[in-house]
Amino acid sequence: MSLLSVQNLGKAFRSYRSEWQRFARWFGIPAKPSEEHWVIRHVNFDIQPGEAIGIIGQNGAGKSTLLKMITGTLQPTEGQVQVNGRIAAILELGMGFSPELTGRQNVFHAAGLMGFSAEQIQQAMPDIEAFAEIGEYFDEPVRTYSSGMQMRVAFSVATANRPEILIVDEALAVGDAAFQRKCHRRIESFINDGTSLLFVSHDIEGVKKLCEKALYLDQGRLAIFGDAKTVCDQYETMLFGGSRAIESAGSVTDTNNALHPASLIDSSLFGSQEVTYGNGGATIERVWIENSAKQEANILVSREEFSVCYLVRFHKECARPVVAMLIKTLEGIALYGTDSKSLRKTLGDVQPGATLLVRFRMKCYLSAGTYFLNCGIRDHLDDEVFLHRRVDVMMFKVIKESDLGQAGFANLCTDLLVERP
Amino acid sequence: MFGMLRSLWQYRHFVLSSIRNEFISRFARSKLGGLWMIINPLAQVAIYALILSNVLAAKLPGIDNKYAYAIYLMAGLLAWTLFSEIISRCLNLFIEQGNLMKKMSFPRITLPVIVVGSCLFNNILLFVAMLGIFALLGHQFSAAMLWLIPLTLAVVMLALGIGLIVGIMNVFIRDIGQAIPIILQVWFWFTPIVYPENIIPEDYRHLLNLNPMYPITSAYHQVLVYGNAPSLDSIAIISGIALVLMLLSLFLFRRASAEMVDVL
Repeated sequence: MSLLSVQNLGKAFRSYRSEWQRFARWFGIPAKPSEEHWVIRHVNFDIQPGEAIGIIGQNGAGKSTLLKMITGTLQPTEGQVQVNGRIAAILELGMGFSPELTGRQNVFHAAGLMGFSAEQIQQAMPDIEAFAEIGEYFDEPVRTYSSGMQMRVAFSVATANRPEILIVDEALAVGDAAFQRKCHRRIESFINDGTSLLFVSHDIEGVKKLCEKALYLDQGRLAIFGDAKTVCDQYETMLFGGSRAIESAGSVTDTNNALHPASLIDSSLFGSQEVTYGNGGATIERVWIENSAKQEANILVSREEFSVCYLVRFHKECARPVVAMLIKTLEGIALYGTDSKSLRKTLGDVQPGATLLVRFRMKCYLSAGTYFLNCGIRDHLDDEVFLHRRVDVMMFKVIKESDLGQAGFANLCTDLLVERP
Repeated sequence: MFGMLRSLWQYRHFVLSSIRNEFISRFARSKLGGLWMIINPLAQVAIYALILSNVLAAKLPGIDNKYAYAIYLMAGLLAWTLFSEIISRCLNLFIEQGNLMKKMSFPRITLPVIVVGSCLFNNILLFVAMLGIFALLGHQFSAAMLWLIPLTLAVVMLALGIGLIVGIMNVFIRDIGQAIPIILQVWFWFTPIVYPENIIPEDYRHLLNLNPMYPITSAYHQVLVYGNAPSLDSIAIISGIALVLMLLSLFLFRRASAEMVDVL
């Protein structure tokens, strides 16, 4: 028998012309909703004991709504959810904690909220205290806790007893790395003992690692349900296809990133963060990065040779334009920028309709992380006037060349020499 | 209905610990702690008594204690504070607990039960403090005070009935949350608590019968001030109304719980 069975599940949020119509409906007086908004509809799936299932989909695809209906906080509008066992949801840790109470009192209260009796809680208390590892703070008011300590206590209560179904939402950012490992170990041991896991995440790699099956929700419909790897790959293709459609709808035609091996392209880096402006003298039509093998990529390996490339089309006559590029961190800190002027290269005069392909070849002395790229083309006389500038035109990721640890943004290629003088 | 009771029983521990935690949180780090709960209403009584006792004392028939007015006032306030506290807390209950209702799955019925529990506890403390003051003022205790048990029950039912209905409606129409406190104020002054009913002109006195709190406060007066049994007819009628209101509110509650989460 399946542990969780979801049949033809649907949820509609209804609004009425007047709230009084809603009240009237409770008394059996028929009233038609003025608007019905289906967030999720026709979803069917079953889960067997011990299965780990990833739930993926873009923001607003209905993931949270689905989870809320499974946990029972939201009532389905149609269809049903059958649950054979206890559900524990780690959706929001520390719900219902009050700052003036001690950790112990809060644990008592929170476990009560989960439906445990006083005796059951008393029994589990030593385990909870031991797992949270916050020492004497356990008997201090929660207001004196750091947020990490609060999370530790909250996670310990939420997982004090093995549930039949465990729901974990996204960033399980519980305290420090060591404690996170401990949390993941506990979740894994639950799965081994027959708990089913529902894991909601945007982190495709995480889903592939933790789950054997995945469920892809697209605009409230169950797009695919099956083997995690297949579903994740499909999801990435769709994400990628969708994002391309949006970009080409804009004024700038962009055929970036067409058909590449998945390992070179991380589709989660596509976004609409771009800001663009200029005096109309030229258009930067296409921006891409080539890796050392001359393949288009947005994932680079640290110390790899790469090129920032772009294609410019000129609309007006222009004397000796200057091409420029800049790399920034996610926080907007400029890391490195250069232009043709400082590189002592003159582009010459261009006629309207002319196109130029620009390639900045360099070595990636960045450490692992995500970075933004700016491109621009300027008038050579006035540094302030841009013919066209594309700010944050693309994101790219740099991954470590090896497992060696590194901190900061730059990779200074260290050799360590130790001597005993 | 039975399902509600069963889940309440299953969550009894949560209800009790919620009530307890509420008091702990409220008085944590204050030196006088729970005393504040008594000081507050007593200060109110003292203010009314100081200002109004000379004006109104003469109009209280049938008792010769010179503190009669203060005793009368306290008896009425005992009923009114319970009534208005339950209503005003139910009014914003679901909005305040919205986040919890959206994120955690637990029987929603525990929420109003927690409110009633903590208001009742408040009321008992107030009653105990009043008894102390009655003793100081030389007022006689009588066995009629046992009537307070069914009377309190009637107040709770009436207040919970009204409170749940306005609380549920307030989730959908937020104007109700603004209107109810005003209505409660007006209602307070239309109920003979601060003044004796005989100062109302004869011609208008029959209007009092429209006020469901009037039979209750006068029963409290009978029991606490005069030591008599209350008039059973009017109490029976009010209890009937209260029961109907409460059943109606529970019906609404069952119907609305699902939709409440949708709009919170």
